[in-house]
Amino acid sequence: MRSVSIIGTGCTVFGEHWNKSFRQLIAEAGIEAIQNAGVEGKDIEALYGGNMASGRFIGQEHVGALIADQLGLNPIPATRVEDACASGGVALRSGYMAIKSGEYDVVAVGGIEKMTDVGTDQAAIALGGAGDQETELFHGASFPALYALMARAHMNKFGTTEEQLAAVSVKNHKNAMLNPKAQFHREITVADVMKSSYIASPLKLLDCSPITDGAAAVILCETEKAKEICEQPIEIIASGQASDTLALPGRKNLYETMAARVAAKAAFEKAKLTPKDIDFAEVHDCFTIAEILAIEAIGFCEKGKGGPFTEQGKTALDGEIPVNVSGGLKGKGHPVGATGVAQAVEACIQLQGKAEKRQVKDAKIGLAHNVGGSGATATVHLFKAAEGRK
Amino acid sequence: MNGALPLIWRKFGERYDLDGNFCETCGTAFFPARPVCPSCRRRGKLVPKKMPKTGKIVSFTEVFTGPAGFEHETPYFIAIVELDNKARLLTQIVDSEKERVKIGAKVGKVFRKISDIDPEGPIAYGYKFKVVC
Amino acid sequence: MVGIVGYGVYVPKYRITVEEIARVWKKDGKAISAGLNVKEKAVGSFDEDACTISVEAARRALAHSGIYAANLGAVYVGSESHPYAVKPTASIVADAVGASPELTAADLEFACKAGTAGIQMCLALVESKMPAWIKYGMSIGADTAQGRPNDALEFTAASGGAAFIVGKKEDEVIAEVLDTYSYTTDTPDFWRRQHAEFPRHAGRFTGKPAYFKHVIAGANGIMKRVNMKPSDFDYAVFHQPNGKFPIRVAKQLGFEKKQIEQGLTTPLIGNTYSGSMMIGLASVLDKAKPGEKILAVSYGSGAGSDAFVLEATKNISKKRPKKTVFDMFEEKEYIDYAEYVKFRKKLKSL
Repeated sequence: MRSVSIIGTGCTVFGEHWNKSFRQLIAEAGIEAIQNAGVEGKDIEALYGGNMASGRFIGQEHVGALIADQLGLNPIPATRVEDACASGGVALRSGYMAIKSGEYDVVAVGGIEKMTDVGTDQAAIALGGAGDQETELFHGASFPALYALMARAHMNKFGTTEEQLAAVSVKNHKNAMLNPKAQFHREITVADVMKSSYIASPLKLLDCSPITDGAAAVILCETEKAKEICEQPIEIIASGQASDTLALPGRKNLYETMAARVAAKAAFEKAKLTPKDIDFAEVHDCFTIAEILAIEAIGFCEKGKGGPFTEQGKTALDGEIPVNVSGGLKGKGHPVGATGVAQAVEACIQLQGKAEKRQVKDAKIGLAHNVGGSGATATVHLFKAAEGRK
Repeated sequence: MNGALPLIWRKFGERYDLDGNFCETCGTAFFPARPVCPSCRRRGKLVPKKMPKTGKIVSFTEVFTGPAGFEHETPYFIAIVELDNKARLLTQIVDSEKERVKIGAKVGKVFRKISDIDPEGPIAYGYKFKVVC
Repeated sequence: MVGIVGYGVYVPKYRITVEEIARVWKKDGKAISAGLNVKEKAVGSFDEDACTISVEAARRALAHSGIYAANLGAVYVGSESHPYAVKPTASIVADAVGASPELTAADLEFACKAGTAGIQMCLALVESKMPAWIKYGMSIGADTAQGRPNDALEFTAASGGAAFIVGKKEDEVIAEVLDTYSYTTDTPDFWRRQHAEFPRHAGRFTGKPAYFKHVIAGANGIMKRVNMKPSDFDYAVFHQPNGKFPIRVAKQLGFEKKQIEQGLTTPLIGNTYSGSMMIGLASVLDKAKPGEKILAVSYGSGAGSDAFVLEATKNISKKRPKKTVFDMFEEKEYIDYAEYVKFRKKLKSL
């Protein structure tokens, strides 16, 4: 069976790039990844670009072709991949599948969102499209509102507290301090989170990930070939993806994310691993409650125990299972279409031992968990350092 | 999309009177109506069904920052309501004091303006709920 | 026999007191409140309009009377605050209550008496000998009345509405309509021009040559036709732009206070315009006993009056809603002027 590895990564600084366009951002990340991979543009056989809502954010569709064009990769097939905030994770999986299938040996995967060209109320509408337009956004249910409904249900079922949610944010801001590419370099306290204003109760401003511009890219290569051309290829040892109802009311319950659980289970089974084998994880913390739901769905802690588990520091950089050492979506920023790819970039940096101050000790196996909408799409990827060219 | 006329029009039955459907094979009610019963699939037999007009709150949030079109309605309550036949929907909760909006509270349907984003465009009416006791 | 077979009232839950409005304009609220005989007015929430009020009132009328919406042959909505200038409220209401497409529907406007004009149209259609006669007709009077800030009308312009279903089955009619009569002249006492946000009125001209002249002509006209005098009635209801006018007009006509008390609702909810007389009549039907007689006279600026003589039937006690109109008024929450401005979108940026 063919195996797939990442041979090059690129990522822009995440933040408010007032003077950089969609095109500039993806070109920056893409060129960095290609150069980092040590391949030529002509070696790349196909491109998958993860993007959620360029139509809403910059009035531009057809961005698969745009990305290939900007990177000078024509005439290779270029495809936009859209699964809301999981667009990046699904783009990665698309590239992975393309190599797995034997069709290609070298594929570029990008993820990008340029979000700050519109006001926040319009951004909320664009992001709201990740939920159910007709039965959720129509009624004024913004994205924070959907996650707030899940948070309230989790608190009601398991006794999770607002302080425990805040602990997620505090940890991720602390981690982001060590990541030069993160949007925020500001430590916060539980008290800061608690006194920030409600966006959609019980979620407060500092429970929410920000609006971010950014792009990330990876170059995928068939592993045997990767070992020849790359010093430190990172093998994607499993890729899981699952779906749930688009709208929240259709779910069996609101306090767990079924798609993430199924995707994680599929990935663990393929790799013949368990959550105990994971050394660090990048999970989708678009809201603090989302990280709690994620670590429970993956199986790092018991269902319902994510709050205390986080509060006790078990997901900290030096904890039992470091989660979101990059700063996560909360601290690093969340350019929605780029997030899934940026998580893979962080996994590579960690497994290559290049994460400097935020390096997880003895990191052998990493996990990335990317979610679309309020949980209707989830991807889980497992990464391992492969033996490289000596 | 809230000002899109054919979309508003197509939804009248659903939004005015909770038109959904029901799978006679497994006895599950769906709102909005589903094209396929996800449990029974081809063995399912879907028939149109109006949903009950009362239910209880399963979860709720008070929204302080609304998306475009709702920015002047804040704060407002959004809830997931489980209707008396177990079908669930997302709705605004109106005319209800803050202390009464809680998980388990009984709610009943009211007819309200839901979206009125363009002063010269169409108005979208439909269901909201209020706490009834 | 033709008459009312069902009725429903809807009044939004929010209230603002006359004193609170007066506070903003540094006026003497107590004196104004006493002068108008209005304590507070009902205010529709930001998501309520004449259409939503109509639907709620219509649904209640159908539910209490047990009439199937599919049997309605006509739906009329009288209002001066129809949400659309062109596009009927009535078709929205008919659809929302589950009526059949095989009906006639229209929006009516005659200032505060469009809803009672609709009742007359329903009476005629139900009684019609044409093959296309209808079994039941519904007329609704509903408004979210617009009061210009710091205008005298701001103290009273309120939100609310009532729906009446007209039919002719003997075991269904709860109040037989013995006669109806109208009196109409061209008297421009109050108007709102196309595209204008708020109505304008002619001050004291709205009194004697307008309200009093037409209400008195309507009342006297119908009493003459049915050969009845004020003392023959158990109840009388008049349009109530404030709490004073109906009391004064009753006195001038020779009615006693006890005959009008049950139908006097404006002191507690303000003037609901098209809903005003109809909500008062609904309150009378809450209490009327079989055989009791009712005089009801609406008034619409511009100007005219529709008068009705009704007699409660033996069906009334089993068909009326358990919750009375006055009970409904008690479900309320007070708002201040700032919230009032927000709910009724009186700020330019809303």
